[in-house]
Amino acid sequence: MTQGDTILAIRFGFGWRAGQVPAAWPGGQLDGPDTMERRYPGPDTASLLSRHRHLVQRRRAAGPDDPESDAIRRALVHDDTAAVQRMIARALDSPAPYRERLVHFWADHFALRAMPRILRPAVSAFGDETIRPHVTGHFRDMLRAAILHPMMLRYLDQPRSVGPNSPAGRRRGLGLNENLAREVLELHTLGAQGPYDQQDVHQLAGLMTGMIVDADGRTAFAEARAEPGSFVVLGRRYGGSGQPRLADIEAVLDDLAAHPHTARHLAHKLAVHFVADTPPAALVDDLAALWQASEGDLRAVSAALASHPLARSDRLVKARKPLDFLIAGLAALNVTAPEVMRWRQGMVRRVVLHPLIGMGQPWQEPRGPDGWPEGFDAWITPQGLATRIDWAMTAPPRLRRRLPDARAFVDQALGPLADDHLRRLVAGAENQAEGVGLLLAAPAFNRR
Amino acid sequence: MQRRAFLKGGLALGCSAAAMPLISHATFAAVPGDARLIVVILRGAMDGLDVLRPAGARELALLRPGLAADDGLALDNFYQLHPRLGGLMPLWQAGELGFVQAVSTPYRDRRSHFDGQDLLEAGTATDAPPALRRQGWLNRLLQTMPGAHGQTAFSVGHDSMPVLSGPAATAGWAPETDLQVGVQGRRLLAALYAADPGFAEAGAAALSLSEILEPVTGEGATGHLAQIDGFARFAADRLRADTRIVALSLAGWDTHAAQAQAMRRPLARLERLILTLRAELGGLWGQTAFLAMTEFGRTVRENGSAGTDHGTGGVMMTAGGALRGGQVLGDWPGLDDSALYAGRDLMPTADLRAYAGQALHGLFGVPRGVIERQVFPGIDMAAGQGLLR
Repeated sequence: MTQGDTILAIRFGFGWRAGQVPAAWPGGQLDGPDTMERRYPGPDTASLLSRHRHLVQRRRAAGPDDPESDAIRRALVHDDTAAVQRMIARALDSPAPYRERLVHFWADHFALRAMPRILRPAVSAFGDETIRPHVTGHFRDMLRAAILHPMMLRYLDQPRSVGPNSPAGRRRGLGLNENLAREVLELHTLGAQGPYDQQDVHQLAGLMTGMIVDADGRTAFAEARAEPGSFVVLGRRYGGSGQPRLADIEAVLDDLAAHPHTARHLAHKLAVHFVADTPPAALVDDLAALWQASEGDLRAVSAALASHPLARSDRLVKARKPLDFLIAGLAALNVTAPEVMRWRQGMVRRVVLHPLIGMGQPWQEPRGPDGWPEGFDAWITPQGLATRIDWAMTAPPRLRRRLPDARAFVDQALGPLADDHLRRLVAGAENQAEGVGLLLAAPAFNRR
Repeated sequence: MQRRAFLKGGLALGCSAAAMPLISHATFAAVPGDARLIVVILRGAMDGLDVLRPAGARELALLRPGLAADDGLALDNFYQLHPRLGGLMPLWQAGELGFVQAVSTPYRDRRSHFDGQDLLEAGTATDAPPALRRQGWLNRLLQTMPGAHGQTAFSVGHDSMPVLSGPAATAGWAPETDLQVGVQGRRLLAALYAADPGFAEAGAAALSLSEILEPVTGEGATGHLAQIDGFARFAADRLRADTRIVALSLAGWDTHAAQAQAMRRPLARLERLILTLRAELGGLWGQTAFLAMTEFGRTVRENGSAGTDHGTGGVMMTAGGALRGGQVLGDWPGLDDSALYAGRDLMPTADLRAYAGQALHGLFGVPRGVIERQVFPGIDMAAGQGLLR
């Protein structure tokens, strides 16, 4: 393996797995179909929401100390740790790690949290239902799927937004909630610098009224809650056909997906995530142009990103985020997907969930709809680094009865990126565990 | 244990400075004053009307037939304390516990936890420029304090604390952090990080903090209270040294259903935090101000699931010897239908930033003008009288 191959495996994947041969160029990994969801399937959102509804009803009826409520609650907690295992197994097992990284990227672009927290497994279901099917398709389709998904509607208060002049609004004195409309413009499509103002937010919020989550946990359109009339968003008129329709909402989302500012915003965001906190302007220009020309063809744009000369710098200038750091560590230790799937809950907590909290990236709980920060300094903090060191020193012996020889492990994990200084320090460790830990805690392993 | 005990002494500061590359010796010379401030963000919107019950208001029993059914602990002729906070009664009697009633931030109507907390921690008006809203008010306070350095303010725990974020350097640590690395391992790690400019500062700080700060856990307590003891002990250790401001958060206040049950744990944690801090701080408690604030209050009416929903006016809790306790400040707006905000919430009668501003003014001598222009831009501190001793 050359230095260039190794850089690409880290920048567009999770680094090397033990004994792995260099896969296709990262871009080529996107040609085939996604095989990972079928191999590691999870429950769907509707079933999770309906189990949660049952839990709420049951608690209300049976009070606090009810064995059946406890059983439902425990099953939901189990689904959440199982979702962690699935996510790691897919990343470790995939012949196309770049595809998995892209799934993580777009899931973070449409970041949401489960409220209440017990519904956290539904955040994973959201990713499987809205992100994964479209990650090499068209952004337009991903946008529609994500924005119209029950978890997104719930997270950004859409079911509470009622047209003030709709029958339901008039009867009960209800009004608009602009939360989703604002985030669609600011975060999901045009970007904060985009050409919209408060009036556009207000009009879009009016247009989006009527979307609710029904009793089966599915998105539905309740005409009685939809604001009547037409709405002007970015100078274009929507609705007004006589009766409010979901199709009008889909039309405005399609237009936002196709907007040049969306192309620019998302080209920049991709480059920031994969290449550098301050990416080369020419790289962003090229990606934005391709995005626009291909009408948001994510396979084409992602492949172009991975093969762009400006994305091939041999300096790793970004910090691996905690989740990617953990996966890269597991891959380097040659932990396999079947092993991960066999972990007990306690192992998932000790090796993944608790460390993620200490490293600053609690599982499925970004602070807001803007997702996790990208900047190097947000992650390489004293607390975050201390937790990485602790994981590097204590997790490998927990995962591996026999640790690899620390000196060989350097080659296995970093190959040509390990310099003499690092090799000398690892060789100077007191024992194998400390040597392995040093390598995992080293700057070279925490960059990408 | 020995390392920690060592650090508690005044001598330790000079010694540990060598191991703390973030702090130059010069900054130790100018620690900003002797007062201590602990700010607690109660995430999830604490129900002020349940914690500080206006038992003298005749509407209360009608609005909250379930929640007001059990007897609170009488504070005066009008107010009762939630019965699960009985451990704090001695502080009330000693004038070390107080409340400010019917306060809020300028946040209105949308009642989103995230937006409400963001504004509470930014300490700005709702229409402040985004750049200002990304800074926390404690960070802006640090920017005005002569002699403030990277450890003047500490966040405790894993939760990110926007109230501290901004250009002024601050420190953060989770007390239970443990680093099981031997002397040789630490030496090698130090060499690794020193060689990479991106990791040099954070790496050195991680190694020195983890060496100096033994993992603090709540010995003797179990479960969620052990974590609180850890927070309090760690915070007290820092405040005995060169730290003046500690910020942390307590979650779990979003009591939409079965509130009587749901309040037990967060109340127990809050009570424990205050009591352990008081015990651990010892003599320093007298110059300490503890402020617990939440993003908004909750509906005055109990809802259909024996809980309450997101509201507007709420309660700020104060403790510590540096503030005048034993009193409920703030104008009581009443629970009459016409007195409610939007027909459902307690009407806020003052901005909680005015009271927080008074505390900063009294504790650290920050001039009123500076607080009104920089720390809480646009606030009128005249509305926050009575908090200081």
